[in-house]
Amino acid sequence: MIRDITIGQYYPAKSILHRLDPRVKLVSTLLYLVSLFLFKSIPGYIVATLFLAVVIRLSKVPFSYIVKGLKPVIMLLMITVIFNLFLTRDGEVLFHAWIFTITEGGLQTAVYMAVRLIYLIIGSSLMTFTTTPNELTDGIEKLLHPLNKIHVPVHEVAMIMSIALRFIPILLEETDKIMKAQIARGADLENGNIIQRAKNMIPILVPLFVSAFRRANDLAMAMEARCYRGGDGRTKMKPLHYEKRDRIAYVVVIVYVIAVFVIGRYVPLHVWVF
Amino acid sequence: MCGIYQNGIAHFFYLKDRQSISLSGFLEETIAAKMGIALAKKEMITYNRKRVNVKAGWRRLFMGMVQTERLVYEYEKRDEEGNVIGMSRAIDGVDIDVKEGQFIAILGHNGSGKSTLAKHMNAILVPTEGTMWVDGKDTKDPENLWEVRQSAGMVFQNPDNQIIGTVVEEDVGFGPENLGVPTDEIWSRVEESLKAVGMIEYRHHSPNKLSGGQKQRVAIAGVVAMEPKCIVLDEPTAMLDPVGRKEVLKTVQKLREKKHVTVILITHYMEEVVDADQVYVMDHGHVVMKGSPREVFAQVDKLKEYRLDVPQVTVLSDLLRKKGLEIPAGILKKEELVDAICRLN
Repeated sequence: MIRDITIGQYYPAKSILHRLDPRVKLVSTLLYLVSLFLFKSIPGYIVATLFLAVVIRLSKVPFSYIVKGLKPVIMLLMITVIFNLFLTRDGEVLFHAWIFTITEGGLQTAVYMAVRLIYLIIGSSLMTFTTTPNELTDGIEKLLHPLNKIHVPVHEVAMIMSIALRFIPILLEETDKIMKAQIARGADLENGNIIQRAKNMIPILVPLFVSAFRRANDLAMAMEARCYRGGDGRTKMKPLHYEKRDRIAYVVVIVYVIAVFVIGRYVPLHVWVF
Repeated sequence: MCGIYQNGIAHFFYLKDRQSISLSGFLEETIAAKMGIALAKKEMITYNRKRVNVKAGWRRLFMGMVQTERLVYEYEKRDEEGNVIGMSRAIDGVDIDVKEGQFIAILGHNGSGKSTLAKHMNAILVPTEGTMWVDGKDTKDPENLWEVRQSAGMVFQNPDNQIIGTVVEEDVGFGPENLGVPTDEIWSRVEESLKAVGMIEYRHHSPNKLSGGQKQRVAIAGVVAMEPKCIVLDEPTAMLDPVGRKEVLKTVQKLREKKHVTVILITHYMEEVVDADQVYVMDHGHVVMKGSPREVFAQVDKLKEYRLDVPQVTVLSDLLRKKGLEIPAGILKKEELVDAICRLN
């Protein structure tokens, strides 16, 4: 079950999105995330949904694969939805029982919030699906390069991120193995209240950390053995150059952001609601 | 007279500095003897507007790829609270000499110091006493660090913990990137080394989806792309299944044939070393046996003493020999034993 987590995983395919410069994808993702909070109306949502649908289509990543990536955040989603649902007191009361009250406003915010969060996750995971971590870190490194002047270790941070991403699946597999090993020894991971279950996680977390440190040590050695000595004097196998398609992508994203902003603000919404 | 020699020799050193040339023993010795007269007193000479280090040239000429002299490595022993309770010697007075192009195997049981020795060849560890030269360069000198690491590429035991890239080709490109190789050349090197290990069709794959043997081949390609003169493999097959083990060994064999690199294989599987030019057996930080595989394998009892798993054929032929059958000592392969038995009358 733990292997089902697809967030942050690269999905190899040959699409226009895969070929785009990682900087374009980074900036566009950021713009998209911001754009989700620029509108409050249904037309805005429709534009955002259409844009996302087109991008998913272009990415050639199967929709089911993307949905799988949502699984691990369902808990978080539920909490947000429930809080919004019960704590927002706005408009007509739809339902009332004991201390629970659902208002029209609450329902609306809860649904909107859920949609926003889902889009947020899909949007950002689309970036990781279509960009190899190496490209991603190259993109970050190049985007943040100016910060080097104020002594921010940009290259190092980028390298740390790329290694972290590389080790996610390995550590997940390891967790799975340790869990099975502990279950075989009689560990009970399913039953008990939250505190007990948290306590039961200790025999999984301790070996996991020990092995992670061992791996880190090994990896550091392997990197040094291959002459890694920081960012200075390093050349790139895949240097970044903007191409025509990258410029077009920038234009498309900016047009989208403006469209969402304008439509979300100025197209009357009450016609649409309920 | 001296002048003529000096020029010729300087040219020789100049070439030697740029690429590895190996002359046959006799020629080497004559040239070197004459060089000695001409250059005995000089350390640096200028040739072709370049400074040539005569001493390093000398060393490279006579020394092999990897050479050690009374190598000692000590580490602090600590108790549970982390207090130092004494020193422990992982390597104790080791002398080895590996010539260019050779295939050397270092055998030993767990804790024999063989992996510690391997880490010295890459300057990951620095000797406590004694000296280690890799391609004529002293590993103790921090100035030589990166050159040493480029000359002696290292493949480690755990295939997962040495792959840095998330795509096969990016991982192979990691070493050349660090060396500052221009982009176009990185691509050609990546392609060439992936072809050399037979993994070219996997170049766009994620390493996570490869088998252990394939991962290890990618790791070897990553080292080959740095164009080292010598490849040190530190128990590359220890974590693999028999199929993966065969795959890796075959790749190493192929590399030796194609690229003529020096190979140092560290292992505790004796089957893997039958093709080696020279075998060293280590125990408790010492080199306890040394010789061709046949010489070493002939001493079955001694090998067992050092807790090595002697191949079944060798054990069988040894037992037969002890029972009085006329079978030669040090049989390495099944075919040889069959042959020897057929010769009996």
